Amino acid sequence: MLGETGPEWLSEEVKTGTTIIAIEYNGGVVLGSDSRVSAGASVVNRVMNKLSPLHDKIYCALSGSAADAQTIAEIVNYQLDVHSIEIGEDPQVRSAATLVRNISYKYKEELSAHLIVAGWDRREGGQVFATLNGLLTRQPFAVGGSGSSYVYGFVDAEYRKGMSKEECQQFVANTLSLAMSRDGSSGGVAYIVTIDEQSTEEKVILGNDLPTFFDQ
Amino acid sequence: MAAAASMMPNFGQQISSKNDLVPDWTRQEVSTGTTIMAVEYDGGVVIGADSRTTTGAYIANRVTDKLTPIHDRIFCCRSVHPTLTLWADPVCRGAWPHLLCGGFRSGSAADTQAIADVVAYQLGFHSIELDEPPLVETAANLFRASCYRYREELMAGILVAGWDRRKGGQVYCVPIGGMLVRQPVSVGGSGSTYIYGFMDSNYKPGLSKDQCLELTAAALSLAMERDGSSGGVVRLASISEEGVERRVILGNQLPKFSTH
Repeated sequence: MLGETGPEWLSEEVKTGTTIIAIEYNGGVVLGSDSRVSAGASVVNRVMNKLSPLHDKIYCALSGSAADAQTIAEIVNYQLDVHSIEIGEDPQVRSAATLVRNISYKYKEELSAHLIVAGWDRREGGQVFATLNGLLTRQPFAVGGSGSSYVYGFVDAEYRKGMSKEECQQFVANTLSLAMSRDGSSGGVAYIVTIDEQSTEEKVILGNDLPTFFDQ
Repeated sequence: MAAAASMMPNFGQQISSKNDLVPDWTRQEVSTGTTIMAVEYDGGVVIGADSRTTTGAYIANRVTDKLTPIHDRIFCCRSVHPTLTLWADPVCRGAWPHLLCGGFRSGSAADTQAIADVVAYQLGFHSIELDEPPLVETAANLFRASCYRYREELMAGILVAGWDRRKGGQVYCVPIGGMLVRQPVSVGGSGSTYIYGFMDSNYKPGLSKDQCLELTAAALSLAMERDGSSGGVVRLASISEEGVERRVILGNQLPKFSTH
């Protein structure tokens, strides 16, 4: 009895494995994520929504250590609330991304999470920011998480400037589906969030409704 | 004195790591990094590889040929786990003989070269006995036999591709551990992870030879853009009943994508 450690997944760190993606279009952004949370080989949550709101029109996509990512998102959510009250209007996406970056950079040795921040604001429209390892860079689209390695080639080939909202949503669904079928740490359902001036729309695509490709 | 001693390395002695006269990359292991790909089409196969060999951050060879002929219409593409040793490369062996004595374990490029040599010999002999060209499946099985038997000692991942009269164009994958599986399309090497998604979405059964060549060139180009260990030129070969047709696509002629 003494020395029996129990099942391996009790002691493994909980990671979100993950594939996350965010892409901007003229007038808004589309974010997407899978829904698998793993602890070693065990899937501890198969329906987790990794797209976390930082503000009404600003969302972030979580990847890496689940605890670290969630905590960063909660802290920035609070800081943004305070900030938006102080300035008396909706915060800019760049401000949210900067707050995330400040935490990621200051605690970069202790934390292992990567958040992609995306949203819409009145000044610059739809924007996507990557904050990996404490940098801050605006990009037309960003992918992250363990599953992203498998789809770099796909997104490089398929991305075109000036895609419409529907094309972006299809692009995100295709990318997630491809990554989820190759990465053991990504899977489940696909969550897609579309943010523009008028609304913030959350959508779920169930497993069997995901786009399918040639399977050998 | 110290400088002179380290410039003439003795058997059994290592170059002092503090010596600035000797660059860092001479101490690094040689790796072929790599992206390789093989696709079947009706009537043959198309194979492709990048051309970069690295020692640490230095590119030792930017025009490597990673497509190895095993027989007239059978090729193998070697995907190298980065623990390749200087042992494998005859040029390096001549340049730094002192490093051989350090007891380097054989890494996988040495492994794949050795296995390829053995299989080429066995296949040549078998073909003479049969008095006809060998089957691709035979070559693949010979690779598998060696890889599986010595699986604890080896670390070699190989793609075998070719054409024979019985089954036409075939691609067989022999990954680390010694499994054998036939696949219509297969990728390997460090750069391959980046193009799984592209391959899954763009490959369809029933492509023509030219479509396969385009697909391979595009996939390799995407992988080379993202993987630091892959790069240089794209070497393609198409194998069919008529023979082997090789071509090289230079860097500035590679397909371009909007994010590049």
